[in-house]
Amino acid sequence: MELQAVLMAAGGGSRMTDLTFNNPKPMLPVGNKPLVWYPLNLLERVGFEEVIVITTKEVNKMMSTDPKIKDVKIKLDVVCIQEDGDMGTADALRHIHQKIKSDILVVSCDLITDVALHEVVDLFRAHNATVAMLMSKAHEFTEIVPGQKGKKKTAEQRDFVGVDQSSKRLLFMANEADLEDGLSIRKSIMRKHPRMHLKTGLVDAHLYCLKKAVVDFLTENKSISSIRGELVPYLVRKQFSKTTDSHKVKEDAEDQNQKKSDCSTNHEILISSRDEPLLQLSQERSCWNDHHGDMSEAYHGGKLRCYVHIMDQGLCFRANTIPAYMEANRLTPKLFEEPAVHPSAVISDRCQMGSDSIIGALSQVADKTSIKRSTIGNSTTIKEKVKVTNSIIMHGVTIEEGCNIQSSVICSNVVIGRGADLKHCLVGSGQQIDSDAERNNEVIVGTDQLMEI
Amino acid sequence: MADGGVTDGPDKNDDVERAKCEGKEMTKEEKQRLRKEKKQQKKSKEKKDDAASQESEKGKKSDGKSSPASQPLPKPTTQKAPSAVPAPAPFPMPASEAPAPADKPAKSKAELKAERRARQEADRASKQGSKKGEVGPQASAGKPKAPPSELQPVVKRLPEHMQVDNPDVLKKLAKKLERQQTPGHNAATKVEIPLRLDYGYKVSLFSHLHQYSRKAPLTQQLSIPSTVIHPAIVRLGLQYSQGIVAGSNARSVALLHAFKQVISDYTTPPNEELSRDLVNKLKPYISFLNQCRPLSASMGNAIKYIKKEISNIPSQCKEEEAKRKLLNCIECYINEKIILAAKAIAKYSIEKISDGDVILVYGCSSLVNHILCEAFEKAIKFHVIVVDSRPRLEGREALRRLVQRGISCTYVLISAVSYILPEVSKVFLGAHALLANGYVMSRVGTSQIALVAKAFNVPVLVCCETYKFCDRVQTDSFVSNELDDPDDLIVTRKGKTQLEDWQQVDSLGLLNLVYDVTPPDFVDLVITDLGMIPCTSVPVVLRVKNVDQ
Repeated sequence: MELQAVLMAAGGGSRMTDLTFNNPKPMLPVGNKPLVWYPLNLLERVGFEEVIVITTKEVNKMMSTDPKIKDVKIKLDVVCIQEDGDMGTADALRHIHQKIKSDILVVSCDLITDVALHEVVDLFRAHNATVAMLMSKAHEFTEIVPGQKGKKKTAEQRDFVGVDQSSKRLLFMANEADLEDGLSIRKSIMRKHPRMHLKTGLVDAHLYCLKKAVVDFLTENKSISSIRGELVPYLVRKQFSKTTDSHKVKEDAEDQNQKKSDCSTNHEILISSRDEPLLQLSQERSCWNDHHGDMSEAYHGGKLRCYVHIMDQGLCFRANTIPAYMEANRLTPKLFEEPAVHPSAVISDRCQMGSDSIIGALSQVADKTSIKRSTIGNSTTIKEKVKVTNSIIMHGVTIEEGCNIQSSVICSNVVIGRGADLKHCLVGSGQQIDSDAERNNEVIVGTDQLMEI
Repeated sequence: MADGGVTDGPDKNDDVERAKCEGKEMTKEEKQRLRKEKKQQKKSKEKKDDAASQESEKGKKSDGKSSPASQPLPKPTTQKAPSAVPAPAPFPMPASEAPAPADKPAKSKAELKAERRARQEADRASKQGSKKGEVGPQASAGKPKAPPSELQPVVKRLPEHMQVDNPDVLKKLAKKLERQQTPGHNAATKVEIPLRLDYGYKVSLFSHLHQYSRKAPLTQQLSIPSTVIHPAIVRLGLQYSQGIVAGSNARSVALLHAFKQVISDYTTPPNEELSRDLVNKLKPYISFLNQCRPLSASMGNAIKYIKKEISNIPSQCKEEEAKRKLLNCIECYINEKIILAAKAIAKYSIEKISDGDVILVYGCSSLVNHILCEAFEKAIKFHVIVVDSRPRLEGREALRRLVQRGISCTYVLISAVSYILPEVSKVFLGAHALLANGYVMSRVGTSQIALVAKAFNVPVLVCCETYKFCDRVQTDSFVSNELDDPDDLIVTRKGKTQLEDWQQVDSLGLLNLVYDVTPPDFVDLVITDLGMIPCTSVPVVLRVKNVDQ
């Protein structure tokens, strides 16, 4: 078997706690499908037949009852982990390392994309890479986040990504948070790749192809807990590290103090020196080189290589913040050709529905309502004279007559009294909005949620 | 060309020999068929000679006989003397000719011509009916089918994979790819190799060849965890199509390495024999690789060798032992034919390099680089001129390897060849394949260099291992070649890309040829692991090889 897919669905949604308080992030509805359905669909389309899903027990229960997930033909091998949230993605990989028998493709549950996955995997295969990942040009979310007071925060921690001239080889990766006193680039990188493009406007899609040797390395090296935060920058740095030379490692191995780091370097050697003699012979005889102008052989003789595929067209983003989530709801119905109105929904004739909206199963929409650019969930009841614009309404919501909802997110099982006027609000699950309430730019959640602060 | 041998004409043994040499594969099945045909001919001689029945029999025989033989004979026979016309005619059906001319010694040439024409009409008629039956059991790599040529009676057969401008042939190829399924109990698992589509406008002279784009790899149409095709083969195909593994030796070694992995991961399904099943498993892989990049002559020979080894495995042999034997065979093959051959060739070549020589090399040939490095180790003082050409610019890599060793080099582009040749004492060229008529098939530009060197009376030495010797016959570079991605010719200088929209210009076509063919007149010596031979001795070597096997 060539690649095993691993889906990380245990994340807590730490950047949108308001939404994820009652709804775990993988099950948040996007375009009336649970968020985790999108990466599963991507894997299924591409041809995977089974996937290992790492998730919590709660999400597992919800997934097994969700009809959309039951539709998915791919076989799910669910591994449940504790919900305390201390387990990073790399820790999760360490947890399942017995199941991993070949190279893996790690996907995050909040990735929504229509990328041609073979581009990433081809880089992984053709160059015998250690890591191949996907990145995309960042999408500016212009939505006003409901409940946010004041101007939008300036760009959060940026990522600095350095690629070579062909924009395929990953040379440098660091987060702004780690670079306290400026960005320093090692001379060894500049010597081997004199031209490097540094990009800051890229979004990491959290889709990685990793060699099996990397998973073995993780099992030894228990200090790495996050793939994105620690493992990938470590591997990128190690590409140019001097200790990847085999003779250097032998010298270090004598030094007892560095025993621990040697375990890791030993595994690095495992990752790198899998090139068998025939492959070496073939590379020697081949008249190809990935760079020109200096005296070194292809890949500068380095065995550890990290590649990245940067998408400039097409859809790719992660729905892990509220503006991203709202954008996702707007864009995803266009990805799939499904009828905007679910056949079991009851829509009255005098309802004005825009073409951008979608309505879920078993919903009821009464007369004289206007629904524009919105997503209505399953089993929702909307009474007369309601105006819903630019909003996301999840399942089981009841909206009484005469309400006006704009640019808001209404979570499930909410009851909105008649005549309520909500603008840029986020209403948590199970809440009740009183009649004739006027809320602007607020986050309305239960008191138990407020206690979290 | 083939004329040299064909003037023997009525010599039946020569015909049969030639057929044996030029046939791509004479597997056991085909040998059996040959024997059956000969028996049938004897029977027909005993019966009354009915012209129609004889023709129909001969039609079927030639059908079965000529389909294995891939002879891309060139088309321009109209210029040949009429005496040459009946001579190539016996070419396609040599065995069936064996008894026939003996029967009619007294008939005149014109009558013979008329008879042959009538026979060929009958051939074509019978072939229309029996075509479907013939397609199935044939092996993958380019089986020739006689094109319905309404031209002269001289039947030219082009391998199927090359008739890209013939829609029927394309349809048949697509069907064959679909039908290459894993045999055995599980008939539902079809190994479907997708068909790679051609890209861009093709220059009309080369419209019978495939032209693929590097940006549209075959993996687009495959599922990602490739279960259908072994992942090692998918990886190899990708590396071929992207040019990461380039060069005849490198490709063969990489191919054998991938086959080693395939064999290691192979398990015999129940009720199947390893010797037969493994060969069938390899067929779709080979057609996949062929789609990624057309197979080279060296790869073809390597595949033939492996298939022979696999089918020679006795059925009592246990799977583990058989696998071990096969892996061993592959190791031996690489060791003998590539590594040791390089050493032997280097030894012979070093005799030809003396102090003070100025040696010209073209492009990046792994063998020539090896020779020069060995010569440098032996402390011979020489200077190297590396000639390079666009779009591949492989000479840069050769230059790097030589300079790294410490050899003093000069680098020029091919347009400067006639200016530096007065300073050159020898020319060393590598080869992609050596054809049966002594022609050297190599990177495009090689024949040019050989031509100019001949004009300056500079000796040209071609270095080639014997496993690259090929039974094909070719006199020009048009009939069989490889078209690379035309977008490689586009270059950006000072921020301007002139050819960016070449597809929009109707009257513009970009041609990126990969190989060309050098006639033996321009080559003074061929250095092989068997020794130093003249170009015309290649058929002898091939015959010797076949006798050995």
